[in-house]
Amino acid sequence: MTKAATREPAHVQLLLTLAALGFIGLFLVLPLVAVFAQALEKGWDAYVAALREPMALSALRLTLLTAAIAVPANVVFGVAASWAIAKFQFPGKDALITLIDLPFGVSPVISGMVFILLFGRQGLLGPWAEAHGLKLVFSVPGLVLATLFVTFPFVARELIPLMQAAGTDEEEAARVLGASGFQIFRRVTLPNIKWGLLYGVILCNARAMGEFGAVSVVSGHIRGKTNTLPLHVEILYNEYNFQAAFAVASLLAFLALVTLALKTAIEWRGGAALPQAEDPGVD
Amino acid sequence: MSIEVRGVTKTFGSFVAVNDVSLHVPTGELVALVGPSGSGKTSLLRIIAGLEQADAGQVLFAGEDATVRDVRQRGVGFVFQHYALFRHMSVFENVAFGLRVRPRARRPPEGQIRSRVTELLKLVQLDWLADRYPSQLSGGQRQRVALARALAVEPQVLLLDEPFGSLDAKVRQELRRWLRRLHDEIHVTSVFVTHDQEEALEVADRVVVMNQGRIEQVGTPQEIFDRPATPFVMGFLGVVNVFHGRVEAGRAHLGPLSVDYPEHADETARPAQGFARPHELELGREETDDGFWATLRYVSPAGAVVKLELADDEGRLVQVESTRAAFEELHPVVGERLRVRPRQVRIFVAPPAEAPPKGPGA
Repeated sequence: MTKAATREPAHVQLLLTLAALGFIGLFLVLPLVAVFAQALEKGWDAYVAALREPMALSALRLTLLTAAIAVPANVVFGVAASWAIAKFQFPGKDALITLIDLPFGVSPVISGMVFILLFGRQGLLGPWAEAHGLKLVFSVPGLVLATLFVTFPFVARELIPLMQAAGTDEEEAARVLGASGFQIFRRVTLPNIKWGLLYGVILCNARAMGEFGAVSVVSGHIRGKTNTLPLHVEILYNEYNFQAAFAVASLLAFLALVTLALKTAIEWRGGAALPQAEDPGVD
Repeated sequence: MSIEVRGVTKTFGSFVAVNDVSLHVPTGELVALVGPSGSGKTSLLRIIAGLEQADAGQVLFAGEDATVRDVRQRGVGFVFQHYALFRHMSVFENVAFGLRVRPRARRPPEGQIRSRVTELLKLVQLDWLADRYPSQLSGGQRQRVALARALAVEPQVLLLDEPFGSLDAKVRQELRRWLRRLHDEIHVTSVFVTHDQEEALEVADRVVVMNQGRIEQVGTPQEIFDRPATPFVMGFLGVVNVFHGRVEAGRAHLGPLSVDYPEHADETARPAQGFARPHELELGREETDDGFWATLRYVSPAGAVVKLELADDEGRLVQVESTRAAFEELHPVVGERLRVRPRQVRIFVAPPAEAPPKGPGA
């Protein structure tokens, strides 16, 4: 009997599997369990009470609102930018790609500071904003702006390589066949990028909900007004209200798990419908 | 529908891809644009389609200016070199695409779309693959799907960019014969681009030879092959022996070769080139008036014709093709000196040089 080249002895297989599982357990499962264990430490009633508290509810609403604005805005921007970069030739293209990456390069705290420096009372555009009745710092619009800024690259970065690899042949073919710009996008481009787009949306959503640094700077921590879930967790934690802090944290963790489940579900359904989606063909 | 190209020019940066080209394609003809890479043939095709904007000049369909019309309204079918099939759609949906994206008023009912697509898939002999996806097809099958898709919108003009460029030799042979038959069946005005002169000569009604953004010659395959208009066309259409030299006083002296050339009776010599294809040279053992001696270096006897390589007295390579019968009658051996006699030599005299700048001597 011959052994396949990739066939390792049983103990090596076991060791590698255990190492991987151990790592996942230690860094992913254990913290998750700890969050829920701490949250439920004082029983189910205390857990529910911590979540139904008005400040927590307000933070949840604000987090959902921020994500609800940031994600669609990001999709629109990401698709537009990657379309422009992949399908057209124009001067300054490389500069644009670098600029899109900028929010990844700078610390989120700096991003928050930038908005304070721009729109704060002593800021460059502060007096102008105030004169027009715009309150951008220590307010909800500021939070949304800061979140938009830090999540800016997610969708675009997923789509640019995908669209560049796909080229413009299919779009040209569709155009010659009489399709309008919108038809080309919906029937040809979108189906080709949908998995990348979905992945970008999930990453963007996770970041929008979980963002702490930038949001923390522009928020001003006005309870019930400008606190998102991550900020609320911090406040509770600093007040030694560990159980409540973990209860709210478990909510964030739960949102993350839902996103993950959604992603798996959509991938599974899409995979069943189009088994050869992975194979771009040989030409 | 006839196609008329008038004075079209296209530049990319400092590179002139198409240089003031004019061309007429009569209704129902199958025309090949042939030339080396970078000769502007694909750019010209894309300009005709409307995928590229010409910097100057006009494209007319049936006498009407098409330059002002968008690609979508030109009514052309375009087959891309790499097929450009929609990879997430089945073969059926690929072919149906052009009908489905029509505005509602002009869109045929679903039943009609189905029968039209099925009919087209039968035409390209792929109706049994309607539910497959492009990635599950071979190259030749993909190319046929691309063709069916282009024909679905009933184009007035069919344009094909290197349609067989990425297929292997045997499939190419089959497909090009098939394209010829298809064209005889549906008779849509067609232009296809190729870099393969053999393909162009075999398939097309009319061949357009392009070089460096300009048209070198337009003609039927026979005209092009028998009467090449320029040294470039001569050299492009297959293996040829070139003899460099000059013409003077009614005679051409071209390396080892010396032949009559009454067209240039002038006493002043002019540089010239003589061209003879391998099958236009004969071999013998007797001294003749025309021709020269050369040494046989190599014989390739496999095939319908026997290919021989000789070297003249200055070591220059001479390629000769001989029929099997003639070869067996002569029965030459490698190393033997043979008389090479041209049955035909085409002579191109260099055009007069640019007038030299006026100076004291002029």
